[in-house]
Amino acid sequence: MTDRRLAWILLAPALAVLGGLTVYPALWVLWLSLQYRVPVFSISRWAGLEHYAFLAVDTRFWNAAWVTGVFTVCSVALECALGLALALGLRGQYRGRRVALALLLLAWALPSVVTAKMFEWLYHPAGGLVNFLVGGRTINWLGDPDLALPALIAADVWRATPFVTLLCFARLLTIPADLYEAAQVDGAAGLQAFARITWPLVRPILLVALLFRTLDALRAFDIMFVLTGGGPAGATETLTVYAYRALFQTMQMGFGSAIGVVVFAFVMVVAVAYLWVINRQDQTA
Amino acid sequence: MRASRVRDGLVLLALAMYAAPFFWQAMTSLRPDTELLPLTHLWPSRLTLAHYDVVFRQSLMPRALVNSLGIALLSTLLAVGLGALAAYALARLPVRGRSVILLGMIAATAFPQIATVSPLYLLMRALGLRDTWLALILANGSFTLPLVIWLLAGFIREIPRALEEAAMVDGAGRLATLRWVVLPLVAPGMASAALLAFLFSWNEFLFAYSLTATEASRTVPVALALFPGVFEVPWGDIAAASLLASLPPILIVVGFQRYLVRGLLAGALRE
Repeated sequence: MTDRRLAWILLAPALAVLGGLTVYPALWVLWLSLQYRVPVFSISRWAGLEHYAFLAVDTRFWNAAWVTGVFTVCSVALECALGLALALGLRGQYRGRRVALALLLLAWALPSVVTAKMFEWLYHPAGGLVNFLVGGRTINWLGDPDLALPALIAADVWRATPFVTLLCFARLLTIPADLYEAAQVDGAAGLQAFARITWPLVRPILLVALLFRTLDALRAFDIMFVLTGGGPAGATETLTVYAYRALFQTMQMGFGSAIGVVVFAFVMVVAVAYLWVINRQDQTA
Repeated sequence: MRASRVRDGLVLLALAMYAAPFFWQAMTSLRPDTELLPLTHLWPSRLTLAHYDVVFRQSLMPRALVNSLGIALLSTLLAVGLGALAAYALARLPVRGRSVILLGMIAATAFPQIATVSPLYLLMRALGLRDTWLALILANGSFTLPLVIWLLAGFIREIPRALEEAAMVDGAGRLATLRWVVLPLVAPGMASAALLAFLFSWNEFLFAYSLTATEASRTVPVALALFPGVFEVPWGDIAAASLLASLPPILIVVGFQRYLVRGLLAGALRE
């Protein structure tokens, strides 16, 4: 048997699974988004671009797009800043560093439903640790439209900062110590050494982490669905939560798919940016 | 000297913020119901296993643990099994359009689940697979497959070609070389990919929530999200259930930290 034939035989099962369960559904969702499809009422007819036209004037959609944007920008910015800071801090700590990294990794590896339930309890007005620590108040963190989104962002920052820390930390370990010693001899210490040595070397990794986190924040679902359910009054309803409700709570398969397609489009823009960055780094490396 | 003191202090504070929620959840799961609401003192007057008793005897959790374990193991097997073959072909054999396929793999890892969940729901309903293990095994397996292929193709490319050529000079065919030379050498990479695939399936919520209906296939995250509270929310029981849901991730992080980190880094940075 030729290698070329063998290659296709080895590839075939994986491509068949991906074709049937990823590519086909991805095309089907585009098709679905052009239909009125409400299975419980046996409604199934062509809608064309009507769902998209409706989304353009749908205040609930624009609210969800805004919430998604705020959630994504704030979470990702905080995660990158704190992630890098934590990586820099952990660089020097030798005692207990393994335990510290395991603790961080665990926060990342936990099911996000667990994280959501954990924070729901931490935020509880009467029984939560957060209110106890701020002096026995009964602030309703998740019930107040002004506080719910920041509280949700804090939970996501807790969950995802370790991912950024880990990537930055791995990069920092590869910077030879004599670079800093040489800098110190030349009189560059502290901030100057950071600006001249650390930052240029860690920046490409931070960019990759930023794009990864942006992808994940745009398509995040579990944490808001379980923690706040999109409430109160839509204050934390992201596009994914809106899409889920349209799909499975009011069973509008066509309309919900159209919102899913919008998320898809946003994600693909970020994914293309990621590929572009990877390509450029390969060429410069 | 003083600056590094400040830094150490801040790092300790950050780590305390990571340890505290875990500790609090564990404490809540052992705290008697009467001391949960309202919270008046940090330390409970006594500890109890009553919440674990409720979770094991009166909730969906035991069944969900079995479902999750089975579904996560089988979808990992599916993804790593098919992924290893495909990765070998992409890394070592002449494939027309290889770079297009590899780019397609990264694009597929970026797919948002919310966009494919509606067709998958209709597909599984049409195939009569709703509320079965198979539906989730296929959904999770296909969702992790691109990442597994991407990771393993990278790991296989790191193996020196000379080792394979030596085996083939000795008369071993391609498949024998794959089986006896490549797979053993890439075993640590397979472990990394398998751990990530397992974690993904164990943690996955959206597919599991929309494709299941009864305890026949409800997984741990779904059971936790739907944890029943009749008159009030049973926070102690939920804390106990969420600790059970965290057990596999805890074991993986504690036992296989190195492989997990390696897979994570390779997935993000492409070694």
